[in-house]
Amino acid sequence: MTSNWITTRAWLLMLPLLIVMIAIIGWPLVDTVRLSFTDAKLVGTEGNFVGIDNYVKILSGSNFQRTLITTTMFAVLSVAAEMVIGVLAALLLNQQFYGRSVLRALMILPWALPTVVNATLWRLIYNPEYGALNAALTQIGLLDTYRSWLGEPGTALTALIVADCWKNFPLVALIALAALQAVPRDITAASMVDGAGAWSRFRFVIMPYLAGPLMVALVLRTIEAFKVFDIIWVMTRGGPANSTRTLSILVYQEAFSFQRAGSGASLALIVTLLVTVLAVAYAALIRKSAGAS
Amino acid sequence: MLKSIQTALLSATLLGAALASPAHAETKINALFMAQAAYSEADVRAMTEAFTKANPDVTVNLEFVPYEGLHDKTVLAQGSGGGYDVVLFDVIWPAEYATNKVLLDVSDKITGDMKTGVLPGAWTTVEYQGKRYGMPWILDTKYLFYNKEILEKAGIKTPPKTWGELAEQAKVIKDKGLLATPIAWSWSQAEAAICDYTTLVSAYGGSFIKDGKPVFQTGGGLDALNYMVDSYKSGLTNPNSKEFLEEDVRRVFQNGEAAFALNWTYMYNMANDPKDSKVAGKVGVVPAPGIDGKSTVSAVNGSMGLGITSTSKHPDEAWKYITFMTSQQTQNQYAKLSLPIWASSYTDPAVSKGQEELIAAAKQSLAAMYPRPTTPKYQELSTALQQAVQESLLGQSKPEDALKTAAENSGL
Repeated sequence: MTSNWITTRAWLLMLPLLIVMIAIIGWPLVDTVRLSFTDAKLVGTEGNFVGIDNYVKILSGSNFQRTLITTTMFAVLSVAAEMVIGVLAALLLNQQFYGRSVLRALMILPWALPTVVNATLWRLIYNPEYGALNAALTQIGLLDTYRSWLGEPGTALTALIVADCWKNFPLVALIALAALQAVPRDITAASMVDGAGAWSRFRFVIMPYLAGPLMVALVLRTIEAFKVFDIIWVMTRGGPANSTRTLSILVYQEAFSFQRAGSGASLALIVTLLVTVLAVAYAALIRKSAGAS
Repeated sequence: MLKSIQTALLSATLLGAALASPAHAETKINALFMAQAAYSEADVRAMTEAFTKANPDVTVNLEFVPYEGLHDKTVLAQGSGGGYDVVLFDVIWPAEYATNKVLLDVSDKITGDMKTGVLPGAWTTVEYQGKRYGMPWILDTKYLFYNKEILEKAGIKTPPKTWGELAEQAKVIKDKGLLATPIAWSWSQAEAAICDYTTLVSAYGGSFIKDGKPVFQTGGGLDALNYMVDSYKSGLTNPNSKEFLEEDVRRVFQNGEAAFALNWTYMYNMANDPKDSKVAGKVGVVPAPGIDGKSTVSAVNGSMGLGITSTSKHPDEAWKYITFMTSQQTQNQYAKLSLPIWASSYTDPAVSKGQEELIAAAKQSLAAMYPRPTTPKYQELSTALQQAVQESLLGQSKPEDALKTAAENSGL
């Protein structure tokens, strides 16, 4: 058995998978890159080569810049909230108490429901005429008149972030809970004997176990939040006055509603590039933190 | 010898007959419809069943998508080599579909009876640059619905004839404390808002495009948006209108929380149904009002048509199916859901029975139907206008500035 043969055999075994991957991911990506330099329409003509025109138009347009800011706000705020709530929920569910397993099962529910169902439920909750949120806030005296949560630019994005958190914090909580289960009990017991308070216990004893898995959760959630489409499309379609329009909605409109496949492809590639940069930066962070611990 | 020739001829004839298409060849056609309230999926299936009973040699596969998915699905199917023979299309798409060769030009297939029998206004649904790309099927426009009981309590004798009167009457209702916000519209960031806007543009005698350039930033186009903003700011309009679609308007109206509402034909029989409506029997309907000195009524063309795709391999069977679906007999049978495209149906007592008020309004409104702009860039223009409407309502920009920006972003 020469090592050379082993290498060859490994590649041979990989070959079927490689062919499939190239067919379903590689080729469409190459074709998208090609499209992005043309003015092709969705139907009809192939389009002409226009160089970097599409990219210049998109990057200099106010639409793209405004949408990038909206998307970043949505991603940063919703992911930050999901991380905090997720960790708190995990710490709670890590305690010994009666009914813990029922609560754990319940917590998975929002995450297990399809996004469209979630979005429709929240739209009902936010309904300005008979929504549960208006009714609840009025009854406890926080509101005196019903409000149009998804109809005001000031509250629409926040309302969407809350709905997105509700759906996605369980994922963070699950990952964190799995990590917490791995913390040896004798270490936490020892730190209590040494007189560490709750905060220092969390910071110096539990956090090292949590850091790696939380980083993974952070990367997953950030990439997903950056590409958000369905929850917003169902709840506001990017309104009111485009205040909740995200990059994916912009791509959809460009490519399908306006049928400009060429600039739609450029826009999609710009978004892909942004997400890739984020993912690579995170990966470096994770490696660093793993090296540090 | 002779016999053998005879035999040969006979067998050739038989062979030829066997090879020629037999009388009952099965043709399969695929049709794309939308899932909606009037002409629901069950209705379309029932109509299609009647068609296949009469034409046993054709089978029709039906597919249903929500309105929001209809355009994209049609276009994507076309991009990937077809799949549908018959598609339902909205009045705003023929320009784009004709330019991109999505639909067949059926001008030659339309018979003299169709030309004379169908209401003239209905044809604009399927026309682009003098050619016809299908048959009108759902004839629809927005009417002004009103709650008779609330108007009576306010001491108002007749529903408004002008948009100015509508505002005055709404103010009376508001001042008497009958309703805080008497008018409901569908002004969500969607096509629905542009239908309401177009109705007002038609009242003010405005236009969208002239010589290929946008002209809605001044004149009637600007007056229409100003009216919307004034109505919203004065509190006569339900402020939640800016996130309503048609079904939200219907719900508010059916709960008795609106004195006036602009909506499509379908709301009439639904709001009059005691099963889901608190205002059954109190629903009034009139044409959307006009503007003094400019118009007596106003209406948007919200109709839809059935066309044959250019990739269809069975255009003849597809046309046969469309002819059946749009025939006067089929349309009269389902007139409670959607009013017929045939002029003579409106004097048919069987059609008007139980909805005389709606028919009376329809006679005026259907004749005044105003088209949304016919341009291949319609989707882009509409998206830009939706933004202008929303920004103006929210006070983020002045109507004239918002419309100027919309004109710049309209792609025209």
